[in-house]
Amino acid sequence: MAKTIDEINEKIKGGKAVVLTAEEIIPYVEENGIKKTARDIDVVTTATFSPMCSSGAFINFGHSDPPIKMSKVWLNDVPAYAGIAAVDAYIGATELSETEGMAYGGAYVIEDLIAGKNVKLRATAYGTDCYPRKEISTYINKDTINQAYLFNPRNVYQNYSVATNSSSKTIYTYMGKLLPNFGNATYSSAGQLSPLLNDPYYKTIGIGTKIFFGGTTGFVAWHGTQHSPETERLPNGVPVGGAGTLALIGDLKQMSTKFIKAATFTGYGITMFVGVGIPIPVIDDEMVEYLKVKDEDIYATIYDYSVQRRNRPSYGRVNYKELRSGKIIIHRKEVPTGSISSYPKAREIANILKDWIKNGAFILTQPVANLPMQGTTKTLNIVSEEEL
Amino acid sequence: MATEKLMLNFSPKIVKKPIVYRIVKDFDLEFNILRAEITSDLEGKMLLEIKGSKEKIKECKKYLLKEGVELREAAKGIILDKEECINCGICISLCLGKAFYLKEDTYEVNFDKNKCILCGLCLNCCPVNAIKSKI
Repeated sequence: MAKTIDEINEKIKGGKAVVLTAEEIIPYVEENGIKKTARDIDVVTTATFSPMCSSGAFINFGHSDPPIKMSKVWLNDVPAYAGIAAVDAYIGATELSETEGMAYGGAYVIEDLIAGKNVKLRATAYGTDCYPRKEISTYINKDTINQAYLFNPRNVYQNYSVATNSSSKTIYTYMGKLLPNFGNATYSSAGQLSPLLNDPYYKTIGIGTKIFFGGTTGFVAWHGTQHSPETERLPNGVPVGGAGTLALIGDLKQMSTKFIKAATFTGYGITMFVGVGIPIPVIDDEMVEYLKVKDEDIYATIYDYSVQRRNRPSYGRVNYKELRSGKIIIHRKEVPTGSISSYPKAREIANILKDWIKNGAFILTQPVANLPMQGTTKTLNIVSEEEL
Repeated sequence: MATEKLMLNFSPKIVKKPIVYRIVKDFDLEFNILRAEITSDLEGKMLLEIKGSKEKIKECKKYLLKEGVELREAAKGIILDKEECINCGICISLCLGKAFYLKEDTYEVNFDKNKCILCGLCLNCCPVNAIKSKI
């Protein structure tokens, strides 16, 4: 029996929608079967809280008097991109401070703005007849600026690699500190709670989908960079590599530092933990087949991060139940595992979104366009212009 | 019987004295060397677990101080700041003593200071700086 999103929304508005998290639906399906679950349950909430480097914020500072067409901009000594209109800039999460290096950067500026802290703005310009000022140094906070919105080009990776290190020295990566001789392995997915693993063919998540984003509501803006849906998949639809990604947009001013958190990976740099929750409408039996996915059905590939090449050697696949148990076997050796992504935070977000929907405070959206189902990730090759 | 975990620092002056031998001989304490190293400045560092009567342990500590050994209680070395911790779990894979562990039902990160062997591997692994050292 199929349900439309409009029908589900009517139930939400009447406070009658039945909502489960992507964790809770697993035993529900086991007990009640696919058909009954599809009838009983209206919405399933998914979530993730992981470091997502491809994140940043657009900010409009407002005009000074006399005005300035900012060409170089720094926020707390962190460079922001200003090659757009006069007082617009984009601050990227991974940008490092020019004075503090890896101790402070773009993600920290974003977190400070969300927290309501004052941030030092410095800008230079070449000066024009309409924008005569050539430099400015002042302070801003989220109440003094016009728009400020996160526009993250790539978030919510559908699945991710497991990282380990076969070399004889410790390495510092975006997957954390990796000890020598397979001393540990790290992974980064909310697994059974993760949004795109519960809708592997993007049947309900698309452009325009309303989501939980950093503590407030946001939207899926586009498919994310490196979106590669043609990645090899298991029969249940789960890709064994990164596969799908999302570009997200949402109001920085409404966000909370509980769900947007700057982070530093020693030796690698700065990134940002981003909290995202996506509701999945239970429109038919097929969706329940996807939503019942559990950690032991989701496999990730182990890669050797000590090999400094684009294609790293692989040591096979493991599932998230094994990863979450705290140890896996690589080359007959027991290797301790650690997660980069926070499962308790993902769980918290899935529950908050569930409450919003149950209380009628969050209405579902129909995507305005689907995410592409074609595409693989291209590589960058070093060629002469003639060779291209 | 009591058990204590101590971090001993031997200055280059005393590094050649058979101090640990005295712990057994004079105080009848059982010991287990969890870690030992000599730094490039010829300073000795040792993480020692000692077991014995409370009084003997007290006397032994007095003796160690008299010999010029710097003493620290290892259990107070590493601190997990629960306010800052986001419960990812990176530290768990790096913890030699299995002092960092996930709570089974909630998957929250916990720290059992008694299991910590002060290896220090966790110190630069926390992305939100929730692991702090007092050593």
